[in-house]
Amino acid sequence: MGMFKDKKVRNDIILAIAVLVAAAGIWLGTELLKEDGAFAVVTVKGIETARYPLDTDAEIRLESENGGYNILIIKNGKADITDASCPDHVCVDQRAIGKTGEAITCLPNKTVITVEGPEEAEVDFVS
Amino acid sequence: MKTKKVAMLGLTIALAMIMSYIEALVPLSFAVPGIKMGLANIVIIFVLYKIGTKEAILVSLIRVILVSLLFSNVMAMAYSIAGAVLSLLVMWVLKKTDKFSVIGVSIAGGIMHNVGQIIMAVILLGTEQIALYLPVLIITGTATGVVIGIVAGLVINRFRNIRIG
Repeated sequence: MGMFKDKKVRNDIILAIAVLVAAAGIWLGTELLKEDGAFAVVTVKGIETARYPLDTDAEIRLESENGGYNILIIKNGKADITDASCPDHVCVDQRAIGKTGEAITCLPNKTVITVEGPEEAEVDFVS
Repeated sequence: MKTKKVAMLGLTIALAMIMSYIEALVPLSFAVPGIKMGLANIVIIFVLYKIGTKEAILVSLIRVILVSLLFSNVMAMAYSIAGAVLSLLVMWVLKKTDKFSVIGVSIAGGIMHNVGQIIMAVILLGTEQIALYLPVLIITGTATGVVIGIVAGLVINRFRNIRIG
């Protein structure tokens, strides 16, 4: 096994560990940077159609143009899709979201729910 | 370029393409979206160690272009080229230091292939959000890099007394 000399393999292991530590560091950093969101923003085909404050519990039926629907529940500062017309139910299976930047996507209904922070709220909405 | 070398490079490009084809047939994406084994990197590492750096660049780029045209699309080519170039660059640097075995070189190559694609995605899509995916791709890149590195090392070892290129 001439290719795998001991000293070099030791360096390989050090490299692998260093890289995995870096990955953990990046992951931890991004997790810590996430902040509690203020709004659940509904986007259909890339265009924002509605935004709901996360501090008010609500149950909303989102109709999509293909006749489909997604049921959006806002509870305890988190947004979740609990039922939908789409066949795969990927959006229903996704966990409730509450941190800025998190998203739930429903490809069949072309609907995306994203969480945004308070600073991203439009001025006329606040006033 | 000598006839023997032309033949050898043609052979290795064909082999790298077959590896890409096998990978397209057996996707690993069900486990983690977007991940790949990087089977073609066995061939690239082999060329890097047994033939030469210039030849490895040639084989890598021709493979990416041909595979993109045959099995995917021109958009995917931009991502693949970014991954292939960064991967080969870092593998060449690590090999040159002579401090790592083929496994270490392969690990770096696997990770950098992913990093290159993410950088291209940030440039083309303008969303830094996708960089949040980096830790996952570093971990999978390390895992596949170890496997690919061991296989490539065994192949290179089999060829230790055979001069090619």
